[in-house]
Amino acid sequence: MRTYEVVFISAPNTVEGDLNKITTQLESVVTDRGGKLTKVDNWGRRKLAYRIKKFDEGIYTLLHIEGTGQEISEIERRLRVTDFVIRHLTVRTDEDLKRAEKMKAKRKSLLVPRGKEEDFDIEEGMDEEDDLN
Amino acid sequence: MARNTDFESDERNGKGNKGMRTATRRRRVSRLSAEKIDYIDYKDVKLLQSFIAENGKIMPRRLTGVTAWQQRKLSEAIKRARSLALLPYTK
Repeated sequence: MRTYEVVFISAPNTVEGDLNKITTQLESVVTDRGGKLTKVDNWGRRKLAYRIKKFDEGIYTLLHIEGTGQEISEIERRLRVTDFVIRHLTVRTDEDLKRAEKMKAKRKSLLVPRGKEEDFDIEEGMDEEDDLN
Repeated sequence: MARNTDFESDERNGKGNKGMRTATRRRRVSRLSAEKIDYIDYKDVKLLQSFIAENGKIMPRRLTGVTAWQQRKLSEAIKRARSLALLPYTK
């Protein structure tokens, strides 16, 4: 199973009903294809770093999706044809997150068997160097 | 190393200003490694902002001290954040 994050930005003048409608639509797109919409995160209104389609702010929505990848193309298509969506981005996250987990586990296994203290800190050595002045 | 040659600013600023200096001078240890950040998230605007210069450009590795892999992931994340208007392309 793959996990994806889909972020889309809606125009600031979008009515709440339209916004809810698209999220439920997208949810059914995912579930119809056997995927799962694991999380919907409404960031709300946020200032844009630059102007998009003459808008200075946008309404951000983040979806966490679990699926095969089949549903993503349909989601992207829908976002493209929806007029009030001014920007969208899909990112596949499972591989990078898995790698991050592995690194975390590796670090743990490296530190513990050698009997190092838990609060071992690389930066401590640097601070002491400064005291020489 | 910058610290040894830069005795003038050491005398002037002393220890208290260390943070400021490392922000502009070369960092010896990657901040990402020190803080054990394994996944560089494009949504983490605060983190990404510390790796872009005043004008919005991505800072070179020689100034930030991050590893090659981290720099690659950073630039990927920054570019994603830019396209979502979380970060500017230019300032």
